[in-house]
Amino acid sequence: MARIAGVDLPRGKRIEIALTYIYGIGHTSAKQIIEACGVDGSRRTQDLDDDDVNRIRRQIEGNYKVEGPLRTETSMNIKRLMDIGCYRGLRHRRGLPVRGQRTHTNARTHKGSRRAIAGKKKAPQK
Amino acid sequence: MPRSVKKGPFIEDKLLEKIEIMNARGEKNVIKTWSRASTISPDFVGHTIAVHNGNKFIPVYVTENMVGHKLGEFSPTRLFRGHSGRLADKRSAGQ
Repeated sequence: MARIAGVDLPRGKRIEIALTYIYGIGHTSAKQIIEACGVDGSRRTQDLDDDDVNRIRRQIEGNYKVEGPLRTETSMNIKRLMDIGCYRGLRHRRGLPVRGQRTHTNARTHKGSRRAIAGKKKAPQK
Repeated sequence: MPRSVKKGPFIEDKLLEKIEIMNARGEKNVIKTWSRASTISPDFVGHTIAVHNGNKFIPVYVTENMVGHKLGEFSPTRLFRGHSGRLADKRSAGQ
C-alpha cells in the first residue's frame, strides 16, 4: 500500500499517473518527481518496492506543497483579496467570475447551477 | 501579459510627488485622484486616497496588503442593485 502525503495511490495505475491523485501534483510535476527519484514511470504502483516509495515520498515532502497546506494557501489568497476589498475580492464574495468573463450568459462554472427566478413564467411547451 | 520589470511599476508622477511631500512632512491628507491605473507602492501605506470611479471619489484607506494592486481595484465603477421581480419588490418595500 503506497500512501504518500495522506493519499492512497491507486495500485493498478502507472506511477506517473498515480501521483496525480495527490492534490497539487499534475502530470508535469509527477514526471519531474519520477525523474529525480530514478523510477521508471511506466511501472505500476503495486510493483514499486518500499525503497522507491520512500524516495518519492521524501522528494514530495521536501520540494512540493501538496494537499492540506496547498489548500490552505489557496484559500488564504482568496481571503486576502476579499479582506482588502478589491474588485477581485468582491467578485469572489458574490460568486461571480473574477477575471472579466461575460456573465450575460454562461459563467455557470463559478455561479453554480441555475436557480429558478421567482415570478418568471415558463415558456409554453410545444 | 504583465508589465515589463525594467520599467518599474506605473505610478502617476503627480500623485507620487504629493505622497512624498506628505511623507516628508508627516501629514495625512486625503488626496483626490483620477489615476486608477497607478500601482500602490509601499509609500502609500497609511494614507487615504480618494479614487475616482467615474462618478465620485471613493476614499480608500491603504493597508500593507494592498501594495502591488492598482488604485482602481478599490473603487468599483458599477453599481448593481439586483434584478426586477417579486424579490426586488419585496426588498424595496421593506426599506
